[in-house]
Amino acid sequence: MITSFGIVWDWAFTIKMLPLLIKGAGMTVTLTAFAITFGTIVGLIIAFLKIIKNPVLNYLGGLYTWVFRGIPLLVQLFIIHYALPVATGINFEPFVSAVIGISLCGGAYIAEIIRAGIQSVDKGQMEAALSLGMSYSQAMRKIIIPQTYRRLIPPMGNEFITLLKDTALVSTITMVELLRTAQIYAASHFKPFEMFITAGLIYLMLTTFFTVIFGKLENKLAQSE
Amino acid sequence: MIKVENVNKSFGTLEVLKGVNLTVAPGEVVVVIGPSGSGKSTLLRCMNYLEKINCGRIYIDGKLIGLREINGRLLEAPAREVYKMRADIGMVFQRFNLFPHMTVLENLIEAPVLVRKISKQEAAERALKLLEKVGLSDKANSYPAHLSGGQQQRVAIARALAMEPKIMLFDEPTSALDPELVGEVLAVMKDLAKEGMTMVVVTHEMGFAKEVADRVIFMDEGKIMEEGIPSQIFTNPKHPRTREFLSKIL
Repeated sequence: MITSFGIVWDWAFTIKMLPLLIKGAGMTVTLTAFAITFGTIVGLIIAFLKIIKNPVLNYLGGLYTWVFRGIPLLVQLFIIHYALPVATGINFEPFVSAVIGISLCGGAYIAEIIRAGIQSVDKGQMEAALSLGMSYSQAMRKIIIPQTYRRLIPPMGNEFITLLKDTALVSTITMVELLRTAQIYAASHFKPFEMFITAGLIYLMLTTFFTVIFGKLENKLAQSE
Repeated sequence: MIKVENVNKSFGTLEVLKGVNLTVAPGEVVVVIGPSGSGKSTLLRCMNYLEKINCGRIYIDGKLIGLREINGRLLEAPAREVYKMRADIGMVFQRFNLFPHMTVLENLIEAPVLVRKISKQEAAERALKLLEKVGLSDKANSYPAHLSGGQQQRVAIARALAMEPKIMLFDEPTSALDPELVGEVLAVMKDLAKEGMTMVVVTHEMGFAKEVADRVIFMDEGKIMEEGIPSQIFTNPKHPRTREFLSKIL
């Protein structure tokens, strides 16, 4: 394939490198899976701190979101991987730093999504549950939270796609994932055109997967409305 | 059955209830009427402690609600006690507030199973009887969104009855309904009154008040202005505010 600038797309090289890129993509997927799992756990905890009737815990929840949503993820990764070891003497593997960084940051966004989801449930639902003699926590568990599932799906799908794309940032802390793999071979063989476009297409395939899955989930949960 | 003593309630600087006194006897049907903003819904909501009162006392079945008295001092009761008392007080809301993620049957059995700790099977049997009573046996497996407003409100009444409450509170139960659907809900409420349920009903349905109420309360500006049997209130109101209100709506 020849472009208008006279660059020749090297198919043989692309195909030769494809297994390496796919291996890098495997690491991207692994990172994303860890980040989603821990990010969701962090998000649930922070959301809980924010909605519970306790001013001190509300404040802590707010503080968390303020810090982790307000500092760029790239800077957070540098702090975790390069700055903190200087002070604490604890060096993390790049993978560990990457999972910690993405989960803590993603957790701040997921907490906001969950909080907004819970607060979007009509106030009358809690009142009806309480009027039937349910406790606050029973009402939350059985009445309020189940109603948030469907409305959480679109913003959560969005957030998971963001997390997946954000894993590209960890290439800067020497974590070898999809982008880093592409970078290494683009430089060593001077083939940035083939490597970065192929990497971009692989990212696109991965995010499409999320879009499709979440679209299906949304339809499935739409039955009662 | 219900005793409201000198109750005050404010939202911020707005005083909604100003020293309300009211007694409801067992089996009595009390209808509360009055212009919007008169505090009638708030009074009802205070009765099951969905709103905290600023001062005064409310006794349900002889027990103080939301508060406990220790050596003459009033303290807030633990949440657990409030939950327990609410289980005996049914409430029907203007906007139905059915649980949209559950079928009609699930709406009816959730609280009895969770709060009363009866078996799912027993709760379902009772629920089906209640649905028959409100004329909705065929809707047990429907979701609330597929029912008309009148049907939803009848389910909401059945859901409250499933807890076998001693008192039923109705907060403008027909105000959100299309006019042609009001009758079916009032019919269910009439049956309930005939069975001897203690009821407090906030409504604008004067026909219902005339026909079913043992006593009518007229509220305005956070106070009970006048109370009496329906024939007296509707034909010979004493208070000028009552006269003014009735002349506007009748």
